[in-house]
Amino acid sequence: MTWVTRTALAAGLVFLYAPIVVLIVYSFNASPLVTVWGGFSTRWYGALMSDAPLIAAAWVSLKVAILASLLATILGTLAALVLERQGRFRGRALFTGLVVGPIVMPEVMIGLSLLLMFIGIGLDRGLLTIVIAHTTFCTGFVAVVVGARLRGLDRSLEEAAADLGATPARVLMTVTLPLLAPALTAGALLAFTLSLDDLVIASFVSGPGSTTLPMRLYSQVRLGVNPEINAASTLLVGLVSAAVLLASWLTTRRGQA
Amino acid sequence: MSGRITARLFDRLVRLPPFLWLAAFFLLPFAITLKISLSEPATAIPPYLPVLDWRAGLDGWSTFLEALNFDNYLTLYADPLYRDAVLGSLTYAALASLILVALGTPLAYALARAPSRWQPLLVALVVVPFWTSFLIRVYAWIAILKPEGLLNLMLIRLGLIGEPLTILNTDAAVIIGLVYAYLPFMVLPLYAVMNRLDPTLRDAAADLGASPTRVFWTVTLPLSLPGIAAGAGLCFIPMIGEFVIPDLLGGSETLMLGRVLWTEFFSNRDWPLASAVAVLILAIVIGPVVLFRDSLRAGEGESP
Repeated sequence: MTWVTRTALAAGLVFLYAPIVVLIVYSFNASPLVTVWGGFSTRWYGALMSDAPLIAAAWVSLKVAILASLLATILGTLAALVLERQGRFRGRALFTGLVVGPIVMPEVMIGLSLLLMFIGIGLDRGLLTIVIAHTTFCTGFVAVVVGARLRGLDRSLEEAAADLGATPARVLMTVTLPLLAPALTAGALLAFTLSLDDLVIASFVSGPGSTTLPMRLYSQVRLGVNPEINAASTLLVGLVSAAVLLASWLTTRRGQA
Repeated sequence: MSGRITARLFDRLVRLPPFLWLAAFFLLPFAITLKISLSEPATAIPPYLPVLDWRAGLDGWSTFLEALNFDNYLTLYADPLYRDAVLGSLTYAALASLILVALGTPLAYALARAPSRWQPLLVALVVVPFWTSFLIRVYAWIAILKPEGLLNLMLIRLGLIGEPLTILNTDAAVIIGLVYAYLPFMVLPLYAVMNRLDPTLRDAAADLGASPTRVFWTVTLPLSLPGIAAGAGLCFIPMIGEFVIPDLLGGSETLMLGRVLWTEFFSNRDWPLASAVAVLILAIVIGPVVLFRDSLRAGEGESP
């Protein structure tokens, strides 16, 4: 590596991490003023523990993220199998568009159109509608992650199983899915964090009593910078980073074969 | 023979669940949005007219269809607020995408040239912020860009400025936020392409006497254009409808379509107009989506 590439790398990583580091450092600030350092303190974490609406919102987010990531992993894996393993079929272009569309469509559109439909069919807004919405926009991401791994899989293993008389369902269950396991975990974790993170779509489709964590944080943030949000953010960043590192460890460790 | 039939049946069964789900919760909602964008706002539940009366049969359909009109689109066209929002969205997204190409290219190149045993860790380091809460990462900039924020404190202490600069709630803050939030989207597809480039091409150019700078500009960069296109597309398209960044970092005059839609829906409760804005966003992004579809697929190989 030359000094040019080293500098580019260092500068890029500093730019990416400096704001997050600042956020974390000031979550331990004793002073309620964000930019004045008043000594080390964990008082904001204490305040967090007694913030009932915030904890309730965190529970809602956790439930939604678990259910949505499960559903999105199933649907996304099936979609990846279709896109990577099935040749031409009628409606392939439409199918591809439906899978990839939610990845690039602006969130405000997904949120608004789903809400209009839920109201149209008379479905009450709440946990269920958020789970449906999150599953819809996470499926494409899972399909991309699983699809990338499927492309790298040695097809001869599946063909050998089929030649030996295994039915397609059996090939899928005993050969393909076990080989895909790291990608399934990575896809599920990606869906989980995307769901946990979503503010815009949830704001449209949630109902009274189903405020998610980002929605709660957003309503606080609009009132200004406050160290308790920094503390909540730090916990969330820690949780998500752990999940990402776990996912990348799983994919690189077993994916090398 | 029966084996092939079961295989075909199996393929269909695999297609069915994702197809049905996405048709019901992605395609159908858009159709409904399109329909509501042709309706009129009303003080009712739901707050728009007409509502299709299923029981009236054909008559119901004809009254329903006659009541639909393009008034909301005429409003969008005539009111300078919405024209400014379209222009604003396009300008912010284009400017931020250009800056992202300029910043993302050296970063992706550095990642691709790093020792291969360090690459998974370095890529993970770029990915972690992308998976970390979007809202929190945007929020983090408020404390930095505020008049009494860290950036101003630093600049004043260094003696570079006497008075704090107003950055928060300006266009500059929106651009900084967009560039920051979307940098991983730019770097990852670009890195994927650069990482796959055949190193012998670089070696050949170097052997023939090209300087490293010349190799970069005449070999690496032209071959990386698909990655640059994929990255720019992945950033530009969602930025058009961005809501959180203009809302938290921008000022009251920062007009972007995503924010206008949000305001029409939540504050003005004008659902038909909000739907028309949604259709307008779709009309704007559909071109780039189709254009970038191939390069998006080329760049999607390298996902965490």
